[in-house]
Amino acid sequence: MSTDDELLALRDLRVTIADRTIVSGLDLSVRAGRVTALVGESGSGKSMTALSTIGLQPRGAQVYGSATLDGAELVGRSAQEMRRLRSGRIGMIFQEPAQSLSPVMKVSRVFRDVLGVREGLRGRAPVEVRTRELLTSVGLPDSARTAASFPHELSGGELQRVVIALALSGDPSLLIADEPTTALDVTVQRGILDLLTRIVEERELGVLLITHDMGVVGEIADDVVVLRDGEVVESGTAKQVLAAPEAPYTQALLSAVPRLSESLERTDGPRAEDPGGTESDSAPPVVRVEGLSVEYYRRGGSHRALDDVGMEIRRGEIHGLVGESGSGKSTWGKALAGLVPAHARTFELEGVDPRGLRAAERRAVFERVGLVFQDPASSLNPRRSVGWSIGEPLQLAGGLSRTEIARRTRDALELVRLPASFVSRLPHELSGGQRQRVSIARALVHEPALLIADEPTSALDVTIQARVIEVLREAIEQTRFACVFISHDLAVVGSLVDQVTVLRQGRAVEQGAAREVLGSPQHEYTRALLESVPDPERRLRGGDGGAAA
Amino acid sequence: MTSALTRVGRSLAVLLTVLILTFAIFYVAPIDPALRMCGKPCSPEDLEAARGFMGFDQPWFVQLGTFLAAIVTGRTFGSSDVVVECAAPCLGYSFQLHQPVTALLGDRFPISFSIAIGAVALQAVLGIAAGALAARRQGGILDRIVTGVSVIAASAPSFVVGLLAVVIFALGLGLLPSGGYVPFTESPVDWARHLVLPWATLAFLNGAVYARLVRSSMIEQLGLDYVRTARASGLSERRIDRYALRNLALPLTTLIALDIGALLGGTVITERIFGLPGLGALLLDATTTADLPVIVGTTLVGSLIIVLANLGADLARPLLDRRLAVGGRPPATTTRSDSTTQETTS
Repeated sequence: MSTDDELLALRDLRVTIADRTIVSGLDLSVRAGRVTALVGESGSGKSMTALSTIGLQPRGAQVYGSATLDGAELVGRSAQEMRRLRSGRIGMIFQEPAQSLSPVMKVSRVFRDVLGVREGLRGRAPVEVRTRELLTSVGLPDSARTAASFPHELSGGELQRVVIALALSGDPSLLIADEPTTALDVTVQRGILDLLTRIVEERELGVLLITHDMGVVGEIADDVVVLRDGEVVESGTAKQVLAAPEAPYTQALLSAVPRLSESLERTDGPRAEDPGGTESDSAPPVVRVEGLSVEYYRRGGSHRALDDVGMEIRRGEIHGLVGESGSGKSTWGKALAGLVPAHARTFELEGVDPRGLRAAERRAVFERVGLVFQDPASSLNPRRSVGWSIGEPLQLAGGLSRTEIARRTRDALELVRLPASFVSRLPHELSGGQRQRVSIARALVHEPALLIADEPTSALDVTIQARVIEVLREAIEQTRFACVFISHDLAVVGSLVDQVTVLRQGRAVEQGAAREVLGSPQHEYTRALLESVPDPERRLRGGDGGAAA
Repeated sequence: MTSALTRVGRSLAVLLTVLILTFAIFYVAPIDPALRMCGKPCSPEDLEAARGFMGFDQPWFVQLGTFLAAIVTGRTFGSSDVVVECAAPCLGYSFQLHQPVTALLGDRFPISFSIAIGAVALQAVLGIAAGALAARRQGGILDRIVTGVSVIAASAPSFVVGLLAVVIFALGLGLLPSGGYVPFTESPVDWARHLVLPWATLAFLNGAVYARLVRSSMIEQLGLDYVRTARASGLSERRIDRYALRNLALPLTTLIALDIGALLGGTVITERIFGLPGLGALLLDATTTADLPVIVGTTLVGSLIIVLANLGADLARPLLDRRLAVGGRPPATTTRSDSTTQETTS
């Protein structure tokens, strides 16, 4: 590694918190005009590395080793000196654009403060001119409106551009981007990645990109450092690491990334020939809805979250709902579970229309629906054992003996491939993936006819995500319930579902067999979605083909 | 979101409820004001005449109606030979003090107002400053002092603190007068000298609430992403304090408004200790002498002040946080994690 054009150099960087080693001996370089990606799963220490580099490590964290910016040592500087460095030489972008700005201040106000510090600008007119210039440069042409807005009046993509504009003020030589697109929709992510690429080319600055997403790495990184439990597992150019990963961990990470092209080949798997199979065709479908609409009333009018959609799901079948945020996919799931008031021409669960039934009977119908949500950490009672949480639906239903509940709890754990000994554990003793499997077990314990899984893998690391999907697939094959799988991740959906509906602003733009819809999309929106999916191999192939090639 | 008009309507409903309840207590209470006026010995005829004179011979709902009408038109009490005028806005007449209730309230209000304004200003400034300092030095000595003192202040009875203040600063050191009131118009300096101790007593007791609120909220705010962004941009810690405090404007305004309301309505114990003839003292005297018109009037005006303070805080909310504005632009939702909650709850 030559050090001539090295912008940021980390040498043997170590971070400890209360004698616990978070980062142990990290070497990394960022060069001007290049993007270095620091890749790892949650808890690998990648964010801590970034924060320690710029002096924002949490209190109690000790930083050792060396970090130099343009040859100047950063480790061991005073807080005051680090602040001065941050205000001019370094820009930083974070994961959650919606929370990156104070909610009670206009964008222009933040720029006034930041430009005062980073560019020494004073006075209304020059600040205003520079604000507009920065906002326009990050692809926000209506800069006057953006500047006059409060954060909640802007979309996530717009907000992330505002934060990037803030980071670019003062013309920094180093940009640190911590999961800059993780909270964004794919099409929005595509725009931000393009913007970052453009910034690197135009401004010749170096970028330290922190991400868990191999797809994002493949899209824009030049160099890669793979981190696991605070230790570097592998490093090299993006081409080398992605094309021929040497470390087994890197290989595992890469192979766990769901890929559309592969998942579409899979779809002629076991369930594809089901309709003609053993299921009695005379039995009514588990779900049959037509003309389903949901309207939310808010101040001064109503908002149609779902507009005239329909679906039919048979036993053992998985129906995927995909779309960006605000497309109505979660609303659809809630409507099926009877959680939001909905209008529909036909609304049948196992042949029964719950509307018009008396409350108790209606509840009995919806009891046949199980739910799994996105964040396993907050969907289990932290003070109750796993066994209690799984058995609770049975307890509420009543009529079962304690031994019977215990037996079915064990069965449910077995269904999600967790040992029976887990019944006495508490949620915090489990990993994220295990917790999500407990959530699935809880949803399956009363043997529902329909499982609604709303983004069940979105909060999980890729390697864990793959396992959870595997567990879900096996459970469906074994007990043959119907499943609605809601996800923004087209590759995950492609790897799992039989039927798919693509939603946009409450309308179904395309619906059909997953292989056909995702393999040869008819609607331009589906095509746009598919092309936005980040792909680890895109640049290896010379950046030509789309993800659905 | 409810409109401003609905809020005003609700406030009026609250006031009417308070009035009806006070009237109800009036009737349940085993006190007959006419008996006091009647003198001794009191024949049934004299008592009946006294009731008629005071307007207590009517059914309660008629009295309520008369009371409400009198606020607008005024009213006269009396029989054919003796007449007592009560000009609009009439809130009743104290036959013990021989004054309309509005006149009594008018005399006492400036005193309660003086106490309330100074105390609230002092407790807000001290409490916010102490809370912010403690949050910044979380776990340090200053933090422990602030936390400890605020626990003591929040649990100490006001008469103990007030009497201690009198004993130490007035009787012991002789720095300040121990009680009494001098109108502002007479001598602003004496006005302030007489009020310093009550202000300090109230500020010490109530400021603890501010300190605890600000401390815990500041710690929470300083851990949020926008603070990290501000730090990463190189903003100074002083600027960041202002960012965090700006985000606390909403809960603090509500707290301040409630305190103004509560103190304006009269502080019974503090006024007693420092010999200040405010609304609280008026209410206390009226209670001991069973002067029912004064009790009703003071209660009603006290509730009116509290309701107005609440209404003011409610109406100010959307100005302090634009996310609460009625008819504002709806929140844009493109980030994934928060989209579900935002869309389904709003």
